[in-house]
Amino acid sequence: MVIEVRLFATFRINRFKIKKIEIPEGSICKELLYIVGIDHNDVSILMINGIHSNVLDKLKDKDIVSLFPPVGGG
Amino acid sequence: MRGYTCKYLRINLTTKEIKVEFLDKNNAENFIGGRGLGTKMYMDEVDPKIDPFSPDNKILFVTGPVTGISAPAGSRYMVITKSPLSGTIASSNSGGFWGPELKFAGYDLIVLEGKSEKPAYIYVNNEHVEIRDASHLWGEVVSKTTDTLKEETDPRAKVLTIGPAGENLSLIAGIMNEKDRAAGRSGVGAVMGSKNLKAIVVRGTQKVEVFDKDKLKETYKVALAKIKEDGITGSGLPTYGTAVLVNIINEAGMFPANNFQKSSFSNAEDISGETLAEKHLIKNTACYGCPIACGRLVHIGDGEGGGPEYETIWAFGSDLGINDLGEIIYTNQMCNEMGIDTISAGSTLAVAMELYQMGLIKDEELDGLKLEFGDSGSMTEWMKRIGLKEGFGAKLAMGSYRLAESYGHSELSMTVKKLEMPAYDPRGVQGQGLNYATSNRGGCHVRGYMISPEILAHPEQLDRFATEGKATWTKIFQDLTAAIDSLGFCLFTSFALGADDYAAFLNAATGTKHDAASLLKAGERIYNLEKLYNLEAGVKPEEDTLPPRLLNDAIEEGASKGMVNKLDILLPEYYSERGWDEKGIPTESKLKELGID
Ligand code: SF4
Repeated sequence: MVIEVRLFATFRINRFKIKKIEIPEGSICKELLYIVGIDHNDVSILMINGIHSNVLDKLKDKDIVSLFPPVGGG
Repeated sequence: MRGYTCKYLRINLTTKEIKVEFLDKNNAENFIGGRGLGTKMYMDEVDPKIDPFSPDNKILFVTGPVTGISAPAGSRYMVITKSPLSGTIASSNSGGFWGPELKFAGYDLIVLEGKSEKPAYIYVNNEHVEIRDASHLWGEVVSKTTDTLKEETDPRAKVLTIGPAGENLSLIAGIMNEKDRAAGRSGVGAVMGSKNLKAIVVRGTQKVEVFDKDKLKETYKVALAKIKEDGITGSGLPTYGTAVLVNIINEAGMFPANNFQKSSFSNAEDISGETLAEKHLIKNTACYGCPIACGRLVHIGDGEGGGPEYETIWAFGSDLGINDLGEIIYTNQMCNEMGIDTISAGSTLAVAMELYQMGLIKDEELDGLKLEFGDSGSMTEWMKRIGLKEGFGAKLAMGSYRLAESYGHSELSMTVKKLEMPAYDPRGVQGQGLNYATSNRGGCHVRGYMISPEILAHPEQLDRFATEGKATWTKIFQDLTAAIDSLGFCLFTSFALGADDYAAFLNAATGTKHDAASLLKAGERIYNLEKLYNLEAGVKPEEDTLPPRLLNDAIEEGASKGMVNKLDILLPEYYSERGWDEKGIPTESKLKELGID
């Protein structure tokens, strides 16, 4: 299945902004993170299709995964 | 009492009398400083029914006990008066260096009364305080005023000033210090303008004594380590500033566009914090004593200046359907020069664009300028016309609510209590909606920043669509914020610090014996006091609400699709959590418990 990965803030450095990544059916976010090369402990916010999710959540084809390091403002 | 200078200035612009008075110890103990102490003193002295522009109205500039001492980001002062925009209590907060300088000059606060016959400015140089003529500066923009006043007084002096918008009594005028720091909200600049007061220049060279120097040092060390370790304050804010929120809030489908007609913006990347850093940033900047340094110095044409905050990027970006970051930077700069609140200005322009879209505002009214969503070519010029109250700019200068009302559509104004709401669609984030509805100054995000737990996973991740537990969280955030605003800290420290850290600072600075619980209680006391003010001033309990669009029209697309704000569920829970009656009026027993009966 194909997942669209969107990286933000410092996660983009030496990586990419948006990329489509092919992973095996039934994969979870943690496995996707491994492929992208981001330690799950460094992820502050993980969204699947804009909804806050967990590293252990299962992915399905065409999901959009957005990854943020700790960031904030106001 | 240490931490305070224990003295303050009372300046009457009508009689030209300048007095030094002494701080009331009880008031300082119960209301801390800044927002709390200022509100208490203002309420004791001014009739709540007053016309904000009456010479009998007063305006207070109030520091807190940690302002100007060795505390991280103890940079703040508060402007307290009655808001001409909302009719609520106005407590508008700014960082930079002016607040600390006032303490170094030997004063905790300034109470301004009366109205000067001619344009005037005040020069405070330690114990020498003068009211001076400002006729030559009337009509001048903020940067020129600031430079001229430094030349006339002392190059090291700190300048707080209004721009043309405040002079012309625009209801969305702010007060600027160090050119690009703003006590922006609630129209406080117009109250200063109504007194014919252009600026307050301060030079101070004294040290502020604290209660326990060693303890303060130790507390500072612990707090600094937490600030450096925390991902948001240690790296997120310094690297990207507040604008980093653009992409997060947009991904979550709650980044309002076109006056909240939509809740996401397809061109968000163009105006994001990442793009700002990549294309426009020169370096980050800091307020007094701040280890976070979230400020942005950016290229503006051939020059440089303060960069736009997240809220500003939203207000002149997606809320107007605009994706031209360079133009947003120009418009932000124009607002700083004119002394205009960027959130209110952008949101007012947004409702004007919607009214134009509906055919209610006609081209004949616009003197050749454009008023269409997505058109960035006119917005800087609109800001100028707001500041000068020229043509249609005079209508915009009254803020979103009055503008929409004048075309028979007040329901389209994205305001709470006539104050324009910032950049988070409360349909997609329930607790923040409750905070908007119950904020004592109207549509404001920083009275209880629920975005932190609902979106940013700080201190933990809450379900943003759920209503359960949000009343409790909102109350705690509002009370803690009231305490932080009263202490003189920048609110951004709260990403890393908790109530116990703030209590430790207050104790080391002043010798009080606060713990987390008693500090939150003080915050609650301040919050209730503000609520009492609003009720006495005539703000109706039913104004604790949101614009009908956000309560009735579900978001049509994106990650928050199908959502409305469920205020009907949240509000009764909140009132009960606060110990208020079902109409939202503080009960006698609650006021007694807080000692403000
Ligand atoms: S965090 Fe930003 S706004 Fe707050 S004191 Fe520091 S530089 Fe100023």
